[in-house]
Amino acid sequence: MISETLQMASIGPAPKTGRRVVVCAGTGCVAGGAYDVLQAFAQQIKAAGINVVAEFKPEQKPHDLRLHKSGCQGFCQMGPLVTVLPEGILYNKVKVADIAEIVSKTLIAGVVVERLLYVDPATRKRCHGVDDIPFYQQQQRFVLRDCGTIDPESVHEYIHHGGYAAANKAYLQMSPEQIVQEITKSGLRGRGGGGFPTGRKWEAARVQQNAKKYVICNADEGDPGAFMNRSVMEGNPHSVLEGLMIAARAIGADETLIYVRSEYPLAVQRMRQAVIDAQVLGFLGPNAFGAGRPLSCEVMEGAGAFVCGEETAMIASIEGQRGMPRPKPPFPAQSGLWGKPTIINNVETLAHVVRIINDGGDNFRKLGTATSPGTKTFALTGHVANTGLVEVPFGTTLRDVVLNIGGGITNRRGKVTADGFKAVQIGGPSGGCLTRAHLDLPLDYDSLRGVGAMVGSGGLVALNQQTCMVSIARFFMDFTQRESCGKCVLCREGTRQMLALLDDIIEGRATGETLDLLEKLAGAVQKGSLCGLGKTAPNPVLSTMRYFREEYDAHVFHKCCSTGQCKALAKPSIDPIKCKGCTACARKCPVGAISGEKKKPHVIDQTKCIVCGVCADTCKLDAVVGV
Amino acid sequence: MMNKRKPESTGRKFVKVCSILDRHGRRPSRLVPILQAVQEEYRYLPQEVLTYVATALDVSPARVYGVATFYAHFAIEPKGKHLVRLCDGTACHVKDSIPILDAIRKRLCLDGKRNTTPDMLFTVETVACLGACGLAPVVVIDDQVHGQMTPASAVALIDGVIAKEAQ
Repeated sequence: MISETLQMASIGPAPKTGRRVVVCAGTGCVAGGAYDVLQAFAQQIKAAGINVVAEFKPEQKPHDLRLHKSGCQGFCQMGPLVTVLPEGILYNKVKVADIAEIVSKTLIAGVVVERLLYVDPATRKRCHGVDDIPFYQQQQRFVLRDCGTIDPESVHEYIHHGGYAAANKAYLQMSPEQIVQEITKSGLRGRGGGGFPTGRKWEAARVQQNAKKYVICNADEGDPGAFMNRSVMEGNPHSVLEGLMIAARAIGADETLIYVRSEYPLAVQRMRQAVIDAQVLGFLGPNAFGAGRPLSCEVMEGAGAFVCGEETAMIASIEGQRGMPRPKPPFPAQSGLWGKPTIINNVETLAHVVRIINDGGDNFRKLGTATSPGTKTFALTGHVANTGLVEVPFGTTLRDVVLNIGGGITNRRGKVTADGFKAVQIGGPSGGCLTRAHLDLPLDYDSLRGVGAMVGSGGLVALNQQTCMVSIARFFMDFTQRESCGKCVLCREGTRQMLALLDDIIEGRATGETLDLLEKLAGAVQKGSLCGLGKTAPNPVLSTMRYFREEYDAHVFHKCCSTGQCKALAKPSIDPIKCKGCTACARKCPVGAISGEKKKPHVIDQTKCIVCGVCADTCKLDAVVGV
Repeated sequence: MMNKRKPESTGRKFVKVCSILDRHGRRPSRLVPILQAVQEEYRYLPQEVLTYVATALDVSPARVYGVATFYAHFAIEPKGKHLVRLCDGTACHVKDSIPILDAIRKRLCLDGKRNTTPDMLFTVETVACLGACGLAPVVVIDDQVHGQMTPASAVALIDGVIAKEAQ
């Protein structure tokens, strides 16, 4: 095993390999039919008489072709994605019917199929590959570098790309102290939400005198609207496993565990395969890396409880209990799983560790800001043109992420509009919202905390002008209320009452007192809860009240929801300037509430209107507002 | 009550549970994965199986029931043949997932708190997030992910399943 490990380490920079066709097989592209595309490729390539190499081989001949699937490439909306290497041509929205053309034109004749290229909506320019697509151009992919190019199910390919060199170095050339020092020097902070310095966490566990220690990888990505960890596990599972191995070496653990959300079946499957492959190669087992100590890894599936993302709740869940948090201290680093020193690190944190050990902590600091070094992946979703996974250095402005990489804010018809931006919800149910005033705010742990938001795990949900902020606050309150484990009274009952107060506002029963009570209760829930879930549960409400107070006031005092999302308070009307009197809405209205002469602005009779929204869906000029 | 059951069927039922228990070394610490495996087998957690698991692990039925009801994935009531899951994560929610849910429920005549059709053909659930936010809004029918849904296209999918069942 030692010789194998060394042989692996001696593999130098990647030698040139033949042509490759990579079909993205992330959850997004699979839903779009990526497996059918892959199968069609296999058949048609064979029919065309091209030699397909099944396994990864460094000495592959130039005219051979390797067809394989990759993990999520982050540009889910344009899937299924097909990349042709070495040219780096990226075809998007590829269908089975397109394969014959790709095979005959690109693979045989070497010509690009123009119609399958991505067209930049801003410039109408056809983009050949990731290098000239604005969505990718403005990113700095550090953790995601190999996601989307390497085959996530081939350990050999990972090794070929320099994989397991860091773990090899950590096990055979570095002492645990040196590893922790390097991580501390890098300034790496936990990517799961809290932003706690990883080096300090490791040091606390390393100094514990105990023969048994554990490392847990927190892959219970519960924040609704975030999928950073899923993409890394699906796209480059070995990088997570390697980071986990380095962490185990640093603190002296011999057992590791990956706790994956069961909503991510593909991630579970790929992580399990990665563990098996690592066992076969002796990176895991009785004598890991030939360093004389055993190391094991188990993949465990969660069972659908958001609170289990909290360290102590996760430990309870692994021990076969209800996933309820307990007070800290003692911290898990002192007394965690089965009472033994345990560290719990997020997927993305562990993936960063690999690069830090390879390149050194000082190099890591070159990216990002002084207090938040490195890069962060954000899941950019909601009303943006380009939804997907975005990795940028800390300190990048919100404008760059949402408007430049994201390609702008879309309206209800999916079209980009210049003045559509209303807010961005960051950090999920624990975070807050950012407004137009924050567009030039550099995104990092400390600047966001200053404005009442947080990085969180990295969910970024863009919201357009047609979004009611009170309903957004209610959405998150409903989520935390359901996910409260019930241990602390203020979290269990307080969130329920906050939700009831928000319902009063949305359904038109609220008075000025409701708002005061909501604010007061929010403060009490923050103070009276044990864990992060309860402590941060009121954040979305407080943050929307802080920045969109006028919307709350309109709901409460004028009984009006200007976006029309709160049906009880919707007051649909027709903008007489935009309306051209085409009569389409009047013909579609099921209750005959719309009247007006042809080619003259129409009006809605509020007494008849049932707020169904058909008129707004029908109007091509967006003249119907407030529904 | 147990005595009234046919011995063969009862026996067969617990043989599977036993093999699951053995696979996990009959350790109470493995309760979550054990219940996951049991649910995989029966598609829900029947009460008599929960009691059996408790006895086999030498823990109280209350502890097993406590765990089974804590986690959202465990169902203590039978589910329909086809599981329709609508993602209501933030990304899907802001892209109007709820009207899709309403349309599906209306198509299947589900009202009030009922989530399973009387003929046991469909169960409709919402889930927090499936991580397929790029495709929002998302509906998953029997593990098949369908992206960028509208109320009409989701109902069409349901109609498709119903038509297949009728054949």
